[in-house]
Amino acid sequence: MGVGNPNRAKAESGIVRWIDDRFPLTQMWQDHMSKYYASRTLNFWYVFGVLALLVLVNQILTGIWLTMSYEPSAEGAFASVEYIMRDVEMGWIIRYMHSSGASAFFIVVYLHMFRGLMYGSYQKPRELIWLFGMAIYLALMAEGFFGYLLPWGQMSYWGAQVILSLAGAIPVVGEDLVQWIRGDYLISGITLNRFFSLHVIALPMVIIGLVVLHILALHDVGSNNPDGIEIDQNKDENGVPVDGVAFWPYHVIKDLVAVGVFLTVFCLVIFFFPEGGGYFIEKPNYEPANSLKTPEHIAPVWYFTPYYSMLRAITFPLFGLDAKFLGVITMGGAIAILFVMPWLDRSPVKSMRYKGWMSRLWLGIFVVSFVILGYLGTLATTEGRTMVAQLCTALYFLYFILMPFYTRMEVTKPVPARVV
Amino acid sequence: MSNEVENPTRRRVLVGASLVVGGVGGVSALTPFVASWNPSAKARAAGAPVKADISKLEPGGQVIVAWRGKPVWIVRRTAEALANLAVLDNSLADPDSAKSKQPKYVPGNAARALRDEVVVMIGLCTHLGCSPTYRPEVVPTDFDANWQGGFYCPCHGSTFDLSGRVYKGKPAPTNLEIPPHFYESDTIILIGEDGGNA
Repeated sequence: MGVGNPNRAKAESGIVRWIDDRFPLTQMWQDHMSKYYASRTLNFWYVFGVLALLVLVNQILTGIWLTMSYEPSAEGAFASVEYIMRDVEMGWIIRYMHSSGASAFFIVVYLHMFRGLMYGSYQKPRELIWLFGMAIYLALMAEGFFGYLLPWGQMSYWGAQVILSLAGAIPVVGEDLVQWIRGDYLISGITLNRFFSLHVIALPMVIIGLVVLHILALHDVGSNNPDGIEIDQNKDENGVPVDGVAFWPYHVIKDLVAVGVFLTVFCLVIFFFPEGGGYFIEKPNYEPANSLKTPEHIAPVWYFTPYYSMLRAITFPLFGLDAKFLGVITMGGAIAILFVMPWLDRSPVKSMRYKGWMSRLWLGIFVVSFVILGYLGTLATTEGRTMVAQLCTALYFLYFILMPFYTRMEVTKPVPARVV
Repeated sequence: MSNEVENPTRRRVLVGASLVVGGVGGVSALTPFVASWNPSAKARAAGAPVKADISKLEPGGQVIVAWRGKPVWIVRRTAEALANLAVLDNSLADPDSAKSKQPKYVPGNAARALRDEVVVMIGLCTHLGCSPTYRPEVVPTDFDANWQGGFYCPCHGSTFDLSGRVYKGKPAPTNLEIPPHFYESDTIILIGEDGGNA
């Protein structure tokens, strides 16, 4: 009796065999776990993908529970968050897991992306993995933005006001577009309701879908490694990469150590520093939204501040475009340019280990600029700070724009045949 | 069943026509989803005009009323402040409000008001929509050593004079917007309607 695909891996007998005849269970387990080989040399930097997945699960789980007690209305939102914090049994810990989880998400994602830049994980044949990853990053930023409005505090309100006004800088259609997004003449309960819907339904579905694509693409071409050497070039008689180690159990057990360390730090934050010194939950957000009064100092949450700095750094008109619109273009461009990364790097080698000094120097400049921009974005502007932000913005873009040249010009080191 | 097509042109036309009609239908089906994001009838009704009583507003004072949920400022300026306004022209980006949003019946001069001493403005910065703070006192400040009184935006540092005119070299591109308004009586201003002025 021919059930299912006869060519796929199946268990010998029993319940699993019954399933295998109807669903590729054993085949999937092998493809993604027990026979998915990744280099034995994967180091510390390779744990952040798994950690991002863990945080995603945390956000979904705590998010579902928060939704049970949260009320998405202008009248009730702020009070319902207080209710979760004070009256719902253990509600405070669920909310802190969610709010700290948002920051943790961006920390691990930024480290995960840095790993990709360092070891050339975006290069052929992994361009699509990078593109799916960037799409996740973009969706994550939207998710964070929509979610930040929900507590309906002063920072929620005015942060959303500033970011939505960015769209208003688009010539001709801008103002109407902003009104369409808000659904009102200003940010109101109507806006809050649609942001709630997008935050708890639309974007989580998009993110989960993109994560599946990201991982499927990864498991099709295989993981990169710190040497940037394709391990499937060297296979033994059974077709197993000589330098590969199965994901289950070897990489999983190693990742569990990272999970343990991560959860320890995460718990310390939730228990002792849940507001992250005003960076995870900003102080003005303990005051209900007031559409008539802007807080003294407003800044976005830390994970948006590098781009926010770039927006503020553009204080001059150029090419007949006003400074406001140019700032928006710069901000959008800073994110968009990350997408074309795989086609900017013309180096014959993948990993920083074998690239020349120019690539190393520029990666360093890029990271330092990004961090400085992030720091400046949390502060009020002064003339001096604006100049530093302008310099860092220029360096940020030069890293990408000059990449096709310095990656081709520089002398690379010979890449060994096997991982070291 | 054979994959041979008897009349390939006919097949192509049919497939093409189906795709076009299906595509148009699919795009048209988005209409309710896009339209439902527009301000609802309830939101539009809540955007009705509001009245402000200025009988108790002293010279140098400011009242804030909400119109369409936005802060609308009514500021009664002192005689000195009014005299000082014209002097500022050179340090402003748009002194005559030529590029700025204001009803045609509001003069594009230094006062920007139907009655010189009382100015009515939407209190949202034209940069990214924060609400600037009222700083009427003529004293040196940390953002301007030669401060002549006006409004300071805490978000990105734009400064405006007491008529809401933006200073040069600031992120805000235009002066603060003046909403449609008219005097219903000597002390009542109706905000949100032209009152036959337009």
